[in-house]
Amino acid sequence: MALDMRDTVGAEHAGGPPPPPVPRRRRPGWAGPSVVRALVGAVGGYAFGHWVGNLIAAGYSNVQASGQNDVAVVLGLAIGVVGWLAGAGVFDYPLAKVVGREPLPPTPSRSWTRYFTPSLDHKVIGLQYAVVVLLFFFTGGLLAMAIRTELLSPTNHVLGPGTYIAVVGEHGTIMMMMASSIVVGPLGNWLVPLMIGSRRMAFPRVESCSLWLFAAGYLVILTALPLGGFPTGWTGYAPLQTQATAGMDSYLVGFAVVGMGMILAGFNLAATIINYRAPGMSWGRVPIFVWSILATSALLTLATPTLVIAGLFGVLDRTAQTAFFVNEHGGSSYLWENLFWFFGHPEVYIMALPGFGIVAEMLPVFTRKPLFAYRVGAAGMVGVALLSFFVWQHHLFQSGINPDMRPLFMLTTELISIPTGFIFLVGLGTLWRAKIRFEVPMLFALGMFFNFLIGGVTGVFLSDVPINVTVHGSYFVLDHFHYTIMGGLVFAFFGGLYYWLPKMTGKTLDKRLGQWHFWTMFVFFNLTFFPLFLVGLLGQPRRVFEYASNLQVLNDFSSVSAFFLGASFLIFVVNFVWCVFIDPKPAPANPWGSRGLEWQTATPVPPHNFDRIPVVLSDPYRYGEPDAPPVADLGPESLALAGVVAPAPLAGGPGGDAAPGGEADPRPPIA
Amino acid sequence: MSTATPGGGGEVHHFRRMVAVWVVLSVALDLVYAFVLGPHVPPGTMTSTAANQQSDFNVLFIIAVPVVLAVWVYGAYALITWRASRSGPGDPAADARAHSHLGVQIGWIATTTVLVLGLFVFGLVELVVSTGAGGGQGPDPLWTPTSHEVLPVQVIGQQWAFTFRYPTFGGFETHDLVLPDDTTIAFHVTSLDVIHSFWAYQLGVKADANPSEDNIAYTTTQQVGSFTVRCAELCGLWHGAMFNDGRVVPKDQFMVWAQTTERDSAASTKLLPPFSYTYVPDANGADGGYYPDNVDPYSNVETYGAASPGTSG
Repeated sequence: MALDMRDTVGAEHAGGPPPPPVPRRRRPGWAGPSVVRALVGAVGGYAFGHWVGNLIAAGYSNVQASGQNDVAVVLGLAIGVVGWLAGAGVFDYPLAKVVGREPLPPTPSRSWTRYFTPSLDHKVIGLQYAVVVLLFFFTGGLLAMAIRTELLSPTNHVLGPGTYIAVVGEHGTIMMMMASSIVVGPLGNWLVPLMIGSRRMAFPRVESCSLWLFAAGYLVILTALPLGGFPTGWTGYAPLQTQATAGMDSYLVGFAVVGMGMILAGFNLAATIINYRAPGMSWGRVPIFVWSILATSALLTLATPTLVIAGLFGVLDRTAQTAFFVNEHGGSSYLWENLFWFFGHPEVYIMALPGFGIVAEMLPVFTRKPLFAYRVGAAGMVGVALLSFFVWQHHLFQSGINPDMRPLFMLTTELISIPTGFIFLVGLGTLWRAKIRFEVPMLFALGMFFNFLIGGVTGVFLSDVPINVTVHGSYFVLDHFHYTIMGGLVFAFFGGLYYWLPKMTGKTLDKRLGQWHFWTMFVFFNLTFFPLFLVGLLGQPRRVFEYASNLQVLNDFSSVSAFFLGASFLIFVVNFVWCVFIDPKPAPANPWGSRGLEWQTATPVPPHNFDRIPVVLSDPYRYGEPDAPPVADLGPESLALAGVVAPAPLAGGPGGDAAPGGEADPRPPIA
Repeated sequence: MSTATPGGGGEVHHFRRMVAVWVVLSVALDLVYAFVLGPHVPPGTMTSTAANQQSDFNVLFIIAVPVVLAVWVYGAYALITWRASRSGPGDPAADARAHSHLGVQIGWIATTTVLVLGLFVFGLVELVVSTGAGGGQGPDPLWTPTSHEVLPVQVIGQQWAFTFRYPTFGGFETHDLVLPDDTTIAFHVTSLDVIHSFWAYQLGVKADANPSEDNIAYTTTQQVGSFTVRCAELCGLWHGAMFNDGRVVPKDQFMVWAQTTERDSAASTKLLPPFSYTYVPDANGADGGYYPDNVDPYSNVETYGAASPGTSG
């Protein structure tokens, strides 16, 4: 069976004249697939689903007794998501194929409107992901400000317990959803094809679908607030989940929707990395960032289905009155805990690994040295990914479940610090006798190492069962994972943005504002979160709106620092808006002097990435070796562009299996 | 812990300076910690498990200090010494050792592995020796106390309060958690609705309260004083306000308190469901009853054929 990929990006270079198009009338612009049409579809879908749900379940005794129809809410949200995807045009192509019509070719647009329509260009999708991720991040950040405002006083309340718990749950869930895709979505989709020398992702339509699912998840989780919020925090423990009001449905459906997007993004990236590497891009030359994305993809693909299924069980418990999680009726409250953390702990590494990849990718550029112990670093990422499936019950040390398994989970949890330590070996080894340039991305990378060390070491404390007894469920745990995710991943992500945005947007960001952003973020991050270790040790449980009055000084110190931390992101917003939209300065093609393949392209990167599929000649980290070959043979024009690291056009191919200079993509589209 | 140097003249010089700074800082900080801060680390020494947790925390902290300092000292040294503004033009010449160095890699992996396995053995010993370290072990505890004198205390979590029942004193129920000094306590933690977590902070005890589950945690009191109980698992609206105070008192005072309370609350104890390690809603559970079928003391509508509360015993 042949799939028609003619209208995907780069297909015009795929060789062979395209078959004559079947003429078909194009819709007027306003009716074409777009975010507006998607919103209309979402609202219409919600109304329809809600109506159907009322038709089905309005007479149920539990609905009449409680006045709350979860069937209507769940169906509304689910069909709303379908309407959103349909409005976005995700189904246009497959449906046209199903009914045997020739699908409409995509609008060949280079205008800004293409960022608001479904795209098949991984670079457009990457930037769309970046926007949605930042929406998630700033929404969650505002909620964090609300949390810290409430905690200014132990007894005087700004929000009150109900709103506070809704805000805490919303903050946690939004941030977790965001963090699961913060790197994989924007940077993974944008960079992976460029880094491995491909013109496209393996499944561009799946890639687009994963983005629109992710965006739908944002809308679904936001509906929890008007529906009254959910009281369970991001972990959603049953049976509290089962007794919660309608906001809980948004949590379950939202996580499932984001989860499906994660699965799609994961296998798409894995398939791309495995199958779309350019000739010469052997596993020993794959950039370390790509290794981290590959390891993350495995986790996304294998761990996330558990979350989706657990969410389905939860929805059934709440609508069809099943009893998966209700002890009294044959279910088990432990079942949710097990399923959730069986996903949840790999999820934690879904959030950590791409951060490792980013900093390891940037270090050689800013130290002008090869990446130290590249193989150990890649092995560490794969090792972390494997081990992460065997640690989940360390979240349940006091739950009363399996006391005989405690030694095992203590062991596996402590073992995972060994492959994690490999990343530090890579980082520290690369700094040895280097030439360290303190550019903004490098500052973020160093900040990531500083923060993640604290987060990692406190993780070892938590893995020790006796210590876990005292700190589990306290601010100590909360602080530990804020140090790893916020201090690690988010620092790495912003480093990555400062590093790659000049390539992604073609505009230079302001260095001075970037430095201000880093230093305020770094200082106030540590001032916000370091006191919380003490708060946790001194006995403050998580998710409380009242606390012991002797902890007010520490809490207030943390809260005030948190407000400054929140403000530090405004510097980034100002920098981004000013330098990209108001006063743009074009960025050079390779501002950091990197050997990375993605930097050897023109800026802005042409839609088909490479005029000719590059032939990779060496790994991208061979700095300080005057006789090292350029990273790839890109064809005569492109090599001249590369300037810094590829001074002379390569005369002829260096041998190897692929013939350089061929006009045709040596990997034809799926046929 | 710091990466060993890959040999060579100038490199040894850098390495020696790093190690010197690292050793001095590590020893100084560890000494300050061990003698000044360590004895005050939560959760204190009120019970055997609390003391055990405190000493574990201190041991891990004392090990963590040199590990963290190794990275910080190395990092600070590298950032100062090898910053670009102090380097010459051009990239530093990279030889094979800049890509990888077998000795350094093996040394790093071996060191971290030994450290981690050592921590595991230590944690395992501490877990077993302190009979589960104060954590909830479920209905069939693996590590049980050898003492013959174990006081069972039931902790019932419900939205949003903890109540305590003393089965050896007629099963009376109270909001005051009073414990005898120098006694091994078996907490039987259960819940009537959602998951709570019984966290007796100064006692070094934490056990989740699951509905229909009896989660047992052991500790041995060794000091008198008061302590705080908080819920450590998000359980809904008033989770943040779910706390009690408790106290550990000398044994004779405890006996007086327990016998007095048992006598004074005898009338209300009769209204309670008989003591049980878990409480499951019965056929009437739909309206919130946790009572055997023949007792429904609060029903003003119908008693489903049960005898009146006063006579049902």
